[in-house]
Amino acid sequence: MKANNDHVSHLLGLEYLSKLQIEQIIDQARPMKQLFTRTVKKVPLLRGRSVALVFFEPSTRTRTSFELAAKRLSADTLSVAASTSSVQKGESLIDTAKTLEAMKTDFIVLRHAASGAPHLIAREVKCHVVNAGDGQHEHPTQGLLDVFTILEKKKRIDGLKVAILGDVAHSRVARSNLWALSKLGAHVTVCGPETLLPKGLPEIFGPNVTVTSRIDEAVKDADVINVLRIQLERQKENLMPSVREYAEIFGLNSQRLATAKRDCIVLHPGPMNRGVEITSEVADSHQSVILEQVTNGIAVRMSVLYWLTGSPVMTEQKAKALPSESEQLL
Amino acid sequence: MTQITKPHTGKILIKRGRVIDPRQNIDRIADVLIENGRIKAIGDIPAQSGVEEISAAGKVVAPGLVDVHVHLREPGGEAKETIATGTRAAAAGGITSVISMPNTNPPMDNVTDIQFVLGRAAQDASARVYPTGTISKGREGNEMSEIGAMVRVGCVAITDDGSGVQSSQLLRRALEYTKTFDIPVMEHAEDASLFGGGVMNEGVVATRLGLKGIPRQAEYIMAARDIALAELTGGRLHLTHMSTRESVAVIRHAKERGLNVTADVTPHHLVLTEDAVAEYMANAKVNPPLRTAEDVAALRQALKDGIFDCIATDHAPHTQSEKAQEFSEAPFGLIGLETSLPLMVTELVRGGVLTLSEMIHRMSDVPAKIFKLPGGSLEVGANADVVIFDPEAKQTFTRFVSRSQNSPFLGWQLYGVVERTIVGGHTVYQRASDASPADKPSPVPHR
Repeated sequence: MKANNDHVSHLLGLEYLSKLQIEQIIDQARPMKQLFTRTVKKVPLLRGRSVALVFFEPSTRTRTSFELAAKRLSADTLSVAASTSSVQKGESLIDTAKTLEAMKTDFIVLRHAASGAPHLIAREVKCHVVNAGDGQHEHPTQGLLDVFTILEKKKRIDGLKVAILGDVAHSRVARSNLWALSKLGAHVTVCGPETLLPKGLPEIFGPNVTVTSRIDEAVKDADVINVLRIQLERQKENLMPSVREYAEIFGLNSQRLATAKRDCIVLHPGPMNRGVEITSEVADSHQSVILEQVTNGIAVRMSVLYWLTGSPVMTEQKAKALPSESEQLL
Repeated sequence: MTQITKPHTGKILIKRGRVIDPRQNIDRIADVLIENGRIKAIGDIPAQSGVEEISAAGKVVAPGLVDVHVHLREPGGEAKETIATGTRAAAAGGITSVISMPNTNPPMDNVTDIQFVLGRAAQDASARVYPTGTISKGREGNEMSEIGAMVRVGCVAITDDGSGVQSSQLLRRALEYTKTFDIPVMEHAEDASLFGGGVMNEGVVATRLGLKGIPRQAEYIMAARDIALAELTGGRLHLTHMSTRESVAVIRHAKERGLNVTADVTPHHLVLTEDAVAEYMANAKVNPPLRTAEDVAALRQALKDGIFDCIATDHAPHTQSEKAQEFSEAPFGLIGLETSLPLMVTELVRGGVLTLSEMIHRMSDVPAKIFKLPGGSLEVGANADVVIFDPEAKQTFTRFVSRSQNSPFLGWQLYGVVERTIVGGHTVYQRASDASPADKPSPVPHR
């Protein structure tokens, strides 16, 4: 049977996926979400395959989300953390990846502080490489889960006004969102202090992306606001004078949210600095979809893992017919 | 191993090559006679018995190339390169004289270090090696090194290359102090705070790749400052590996005002743009970083106009495993000795920027003059340092003589094949005759 992904072997970034491929993964996340919201959450779609979770940066939600996604597809998972691995003994990233490949691992899910780290190993190993966030480059599954969450609520992406607020220069979440949203036709306004806005965004992402450092312009009439986490260390690098000033001038609060569309939704990739980039009032409001993002992250990651194997597309109908793992055992 | 320091005896007759010697304004088919390691005559010279004859029909015969910016890495970086391996690579590239950089480990900031390089070179170099010393002790940018003492034993210039001199006062003093010795102060122009841990050119590609950028201003702010200090002191300033069009403008301005400033540009900055770095190709990670197409055009024009005095490689070898790290971790630098001539023949001569004679002027004649080195010409009585190359033949680079292989030009097919390199009458490189370079199958291009 024809593979559904044109033999894309790795997920290194959303830049490298077509609009159609992004839509395939998103569409397939819907039945995946159905699968794991039933009582017995496990299906045998990736039974016998193994997924190595290689996390060289601290992460709770992305790592556990990938782990649950893999387990709900009945894959075996193993965790490699920099602090407890041979990396401590000076092993290179390529050697670590080749070692995992030699153990016949099918997937390497990599989180790394260096931009391009997954590209480096994708050139060296045959297993599927999934970028779980590389430096300041991309965090493709976050971009996909954000798009999935927006689609659930808004039923479309094309023509939506989306504001991305915060430290865009250093944000992999911003880049992945910008690739996906611009490919799917949203109008994106990127906003943050001038010191945290990188050069050339419209040249890279096209005319549907605009840049401003005035939050009022960005938020006004927005359908979606995606608030990025601000790294508190940026203060030391003279990129902002203080956290307090950041909150006052660039943070999202209820007054500002009130200028957006009435049904505007608010996303945040987490973990939040409450009272800095987002007030608790906004984070906990009915417009916030932050916890739904977390749930959807598992569905999207299941879809990504399954899609990379080139298996036939999973549909809602097929998903309904799938036996859960425990039923099979009985 | 050829010991080029041993006097060569006997005669060599290079027949019917196209002899190009810009200093003597020669560009014609002629014979070149070498006797006892020196140029004896150029002209129509009949064959004689007992004379080794080299046919150079269809080839160019030129003064050996002079590369004023080479990292030989010894001592301290022998896994990357040594004086022996680096000069073998030079010879393979038609380069007969190299100026070695002092950012070794430890940095060369004293007489003993200079003598070490000269001693090693005397033992097993395949090209003439002219060492430089650091401007500052330990290359730390604070106190001046013993410059005078180093010059007395053979140091030809001073530089803190690898980083720029941040203290304006130190550079001022260095430019003043070196006037007694009449040597250039070679500056790697870079403002450390603006550089700020960047890994590639600041701009659209860096934004897309999520890599920290190095703004062009980090270079030309310092180039302008350095020129101001050259004006203040009257010292000899040589700006090395210039990469931006704005640097060209400040150097042009300085030259128009008659200041004592010279500058070089590298083949890679004349050929590649920041696009070579995508997607995270560490072999193209170099400092100063590869810039934009507009910069490449401006650098080429500046070379043609003589704003740049010479071409230098900044040959910077690194091991495979160092370059196979994450892009931000991989060290800066690429090797250039073996691809310099072919890149310039292919891109600049065949590209219509320079004539062959102008190219040799910028790669041999002028650099020798700036640093007051012998060589750079085939004048009668000069050292017989000669390169014979075929500008019409092609070769594909799949493996380098250098101990390191960190080149973004791996897999490139380039015109300009070095047939033979001669240093003081000794043949230090001769192309293997079994493989005709033009017929070699081209390998899969390196991605």
